[in-house]
Amino acid sequence: MPPLLRLILWRLGTSLIVLIGVSMLIFAIARVIPGDPARIALGANATAEQVEALRARLNLDEPIVVQYGIFLRDLARGDLGVSLYTNRPVTADIAQFLPATMELIVVAGLMMVLIGLPLGALAARYRNSWVDSTIRVISLLGVSAPSFVWAVILMLLFAYFLPIFPIAGRISEAMAVPRVTGFMLIDTLLAGRFDAFRNAAAHLALPAFALALSGIGQAARLTRANMIETYDKPYIEMAQSYGFSERKIARSYAFRPSLIPSLTIIGLDFAAMLGNAFLVEAVFAWPGLSRYGVEVILRKDLNGIVGTVLVISALFLIVNMIIDILLAYINPRIRHSTRPS
Amino acid sequence: MKRTLVILLRNPLSAFGVLLVATVVLSALLADVIVPFPEHRGAVVDFANFNQPPSAQHPMGTDLVGRDLFSRIVYAYRISLLLGVVVLAIAVPIGVTVGLVAGYLGGRVEYVLMRLTDVFLSIPPLVLAMSIMGVLEPTLINGMLAVTAMWWPWYARLVYNLTRAEREEGYVLAAEVLGAGRVWVMFREILPNCVPSIVTKMTLDLGFVILIASSLSFLGLGVQPPTPDLGSMVADGATYLPDSWWLTVFPGLAILLAVFGFNLVGDALREILGADQ
Repeated sequence: MPPLLRLILWRLGTSLIVLIGVSMLIFAIARVIPGDPARIALGANATAEQVEALRARLNLDEPIVVQYGIFLRDLARGDLGVSLYTNRPVTADIAQFLPATMELIVVAGLMMVLIGLPLGALAARYRNSWVDSTIRVISLLGVSAPSFVWAVILMLLFAYFLPIFPIAGRISEAMAVPRVTGFMLIDTLLAGRFDAFRNAAAHLALPAFALALSGIGQAARLTRANMIETYDKPYIEMAQSYGFSERKIARSYAFRPSLIPSLTIIGLDFAAMLGNAFLVEAVFAWPGLSRYGVEVILRKDLNGIVGTVLVISALFLIVNMIIDILLAYINPRIRHSTRPS
Repeated sequence: MKRTLVILLRNPLSAFGVLLVATVVLSALLADVIVPFPEHRGAVVDFANFNQPPSAQHPMGTDLVGRDLFSRIVYAYRISLLLGVVVLAIAVPIGVTVGLVAGYLGGRVEYVLMRLTDVFLSIPPLVLAMSIMGVLEPTLINGMLAVTAMWWPWYARLVYNLTRAEREEGYVLAAEVLGAGRVWVMFREILPNCVPSIVTKMTLDLGFVILIASSLSFLGLGVQPPTPDLGSMVADGATYLPDSWWLTVFPGLAILLAVFGFNLVGDALREILGADQ
């Protein structure tokens, strides 16, 4: 078997095992709670019959292992149960809210890569100068505030005091376009409405940047550290003694090897973004998965909680798997080894 | 230790970090003495002075029921720091032990422990803490529990990687040849060599625990009123933007400065101790 294929299969297998573990963990958290989940979900005013009916519907009278078995059986059919909060299938709820969150995260991820990596490279090239210090302060500030604080500050500065960007929402009501993919940037283009596209992009700018800030800081710091390590390698010294320009050395010799570890951290930052999206969405009234997630958690909606966490974790695992495979593809040392470390 | 402190203070940026951390810690410890309105940490109402912009009497303004914002922020620091210290005091020993055992013993133990760690790391931290807080009652103790549950795997990961590297070193082999037991090798030989990395990570993490805890309470899943909390202060004030800006800006800056301080110190420690992750 070619090493790359073996790696992909190995990663798929491990991810599947981890995902099953996640489902057990989250299932346990949601079910082994003090008190009767059905009673908690229905509130103090519900009658004993109503509680009993809900217990039966959620199979709460079965042993937990049997409950988990039923959950897995339904999951295999793509059924995550009915949300007690919306009274709709959880899968339908997630399908409705997930695209908005994904759009936010993808754009924030792009900002992180396109701003963070160059900043880090710049800091490494002008190491220990004022450029380096400035970038260090910026990146540390980026990771030092939760994204909701950045969201509030950005909103105050660029939506209220300098009204450049809209305050909240995904698109102005007058610009609404029919939903096809759920991704506003794509849907507006599909409708051929460039004015609506610009409007949606303006709505997206502040939330995405607030979400990206901590990632930008981390990507910059890591790229700087890796590039400085690379700068100490003999082949850089050789290139310098050949008289290559600093610009060429930075671009062709120092930056590229530093990309590999940076990619790994992007996967981890993606996880943080999936969580932080909850905070940013709350500030900008972004109609994504977060409002649903917080709502189901506050209402102790068991199916909603399990479904939301499972989908978010699956997304996270998929992204990390793609990054791992990408890494292997870029890096011959990983590509040709038999087992990933 | 002393040498480290000297190097820390020589660099202006990290000296600033030390200053920030010292200010936050001292003000939290001395809150009762330095705060103008100590009683405002509780459920006090002073409607005559509600929602006032910053003034000489209330340097950061007052909140929606007339409490002094500065006093509440200082008390919130006390609770955040307490939470951070307790979380790390529980999470670090668990994570370190798991990492040492998995890294040193290897084989099946390693596979099971590290996959378990992966399970916890595969749920975005905030989402994991949120779901735990969601099913538990939102109290300070449960908040600590939820954050601890998401924190130990990071130490397991770190120590596991360090142990795997240390395991191959000569001094470990020497101890093994001399007949040292597994527990001795793990905790007396390998662990001391991991301490610089662990301490560096703890400094950085003290800031991040504050950050995560405030995020939880921002969503209404953390410490409940009337206990002062930076996250819920920002959440409560956000509705009154932009007119009552002080309600969100000061608590927000308070989080930023505290975490920034711990980050500056942790970052500098990492370079001084050469602890790479």
